[in-house]
Amino acid sequence: MNRPPDSSAPLSTHDLKLAYGTSVIVPQLNLSLKGGEVTSIIGPNGCGKSTLLRALARLRPVSGGDVQLYGQALHSLPSKEVARRLAILPQGPTAPEGLSVEELVWFGRHPHQGRFPVRRPQDREAVDWALAQTGMTIFARRPLEALSGGQRQRAWIAMSLAQQTEILLLDEPTTYLDLSHQLEVLQLAQRLNREQGKTVVMVLHDLNQAVRYSDEIIAMRGGEIYAQGRPDEVLTPDLLAEVFGLKAHILADPDTGRPHIIPYALTR
Amino acid sequence: MTTPLGARYTNARALGVAGVLAALTVVLAVLALGLGAVATPAAQVWAALWGGGDDLTRQLVLDLRLPRVGVSLLCGAMFAASGAMMQGVIRNPLASPDIIGVGAGAGLAATVFLLAWPAAPPGGLPWAALAGAWGGFGLVLLLSREWRGAGGLHPVRLALVGVAVAAALGAVQQLVLVRAPDGLGSALTFLTGTVYGADAGRLLSVLPWALVLLPAALLLSRTLDVLNLGEDLATGLGTRVGPARLLSLGVGVALAGAAVTGAGILGFVGLLAPHLARLLVGAKHGRMLPVSMLLGALLVLAADTLGRALLPPLEVPAGIFTTLVGAPYFLYLLKRTA
Repeated sequence: MNRPPDSSAPLSTHDLKLAYGTSVIVPQLNLSLKGGEVTSIIGPNGCGKSTLLRALARLRPVSGGDVQLYGQALHSLPSKEVARRLAILPQGPTAPEGLSVEELVWFGRHPHQGRFPVRRPQDREAVDWALAQTGMTIFARRPLEALSGGQRQRAWIAMSLAQQTEILLLDEPTTYLDLSHQLEVLQLAQRLNREQGKTVVMVLHDLNQAVRYSDEIIAMRGGEIYAQGRPDEVLTPDLLAEVFGLKAHILADPDTGRPHIIPYALTR
Repeated sequence: MTTPLGARYTNARALGVAGVLAALTVVLAVLALGLGAVATPAAQVWAALWGGGDDLTRQLVLDLRLPRVGVSLLCGAMFAASGAMMQGVIRNPLASPDIIGVGAGAGLAATVFLLAWPAAPPGGLPWAALAGAWGGFGLVLLLSREWRGAGGLHPVRLALVGVAVAAALGAVQQLVLVRAPDGLGSALTFLTGTVYGADAGRLLSVLPWALVLLPAALLLSRTLDVLNLGEDLATGLGTRVGPARLLSLGVGVALAGAAVTGAGILGFVGLLAPHLARLLVGAKHGRMLPVSMLLGALLVLAADTLGRALLPPLEVPAGIFTTLVGAPYFLYLLKRTA
């Protein structure tokens, strides 16, 4: 913890303070994310994990300190340039009725286009690529509301992919999806990281999913980083008790050897 | 897995819809130009429009009737575009210039202007209305601003405050009218919404505004599309949401302000036309805005033509018909939203 921000980190924060009015959510946070990895931010409700993710994507104002994108202050960079390097999919995105999947994905090209909507060949390629990566090519002409929840989430991820950024931030991407669709989204995130070298940062609620699909875990409590590191280093009985108030058995996952958590009681 | 369920809205469809609407507008305009104490057959109207026919017909059609038809078309298109932009930016299906205080501000300013300077040149009126529209809108902005935190424009708050401000400005306008016995007639037209008495002067004072603002609205289509995704997604896609909203709202306000000087507050045109357009061609502004403008123009022209044809020589103001159609739809929208 408390590593100083450096220019090799895709995203870092320096004494970051986040507040809603007078209520401070994150008092002073120093963080450095690793490039080319999947990082999951976990923590109980209200610990500030979504607030932090939104601040990392300049979706919310900063009350003190700063966020840096490869060592450059995020707020000093033109928003369009940031959108070419960092994509965020917020929680529960909504689109106007009747929009087709392909039309939605085209929005991802917005940061690459000028004032007039000239569709260059590379834009077309990026859209087709994003549709293919998410398995949405056959649904391209469907209206969004005609899709299942999992397909719709993949369409939104396709829009973020069309931005062709090095960094992809996903705020609770599995919420409201059934289990198989949750895995679909997480596998997609992992594949994008392994095959495209994308830096992926997610806020997740399910600890076992976070362990299985992440290279790095950041555990937050009360607006502070309680621990950051490899899943097997971070998810210890002590952490589960201190951060989540859980007593749990921790077994080795038979596939991955990573920790598998079976909670059995509350500590309080 | 591939079912034949295709895209519901396409460019081809939008072009088709726009073509049909444009044709309907032309037909209705020719009919309206023939309507009056001396009825002119459509063929003679058509000839007069292309420079043919006798002098009397040309004078009747071009000098006396064309300005009124022109004002109807322009003001309808401007109210519709204004409503479409406001609904896009505020992300509130019930937003419209007459609901968010802009129309009322423009109406009040126009009333005061006409009462205070009865002899003012006609070119001054749009500026007064624009100032009033901005005043009404500025008041709404000021009151809906969040004082704590970074603030900005909260959609729901903006719409709520807009309704209250519109009611208050309307009341002030009533008060001004009650206390000013003279010059009442000409100022009253801005209350009911009518193109009655629209002459070449009024057309020429509205025309430049339409020529600048309607294309400006179309240029903002893609910005409006992105804003329509909501603040988070728009920011994520690299849009500076605050300035983009202000610019779009600014054009929307100016459109409504200028339209008020042509035809008063034509109730519900700014609400009705964009909704119909969305049903026909979807929510993408590149298709929806032009179709909205055509629908608004057609709606106001139809309302005015109906008002003239129904009980001659009595003239029913166009705003009464648009309100008669718009109010039930507004209620239907309310029911569907709730």
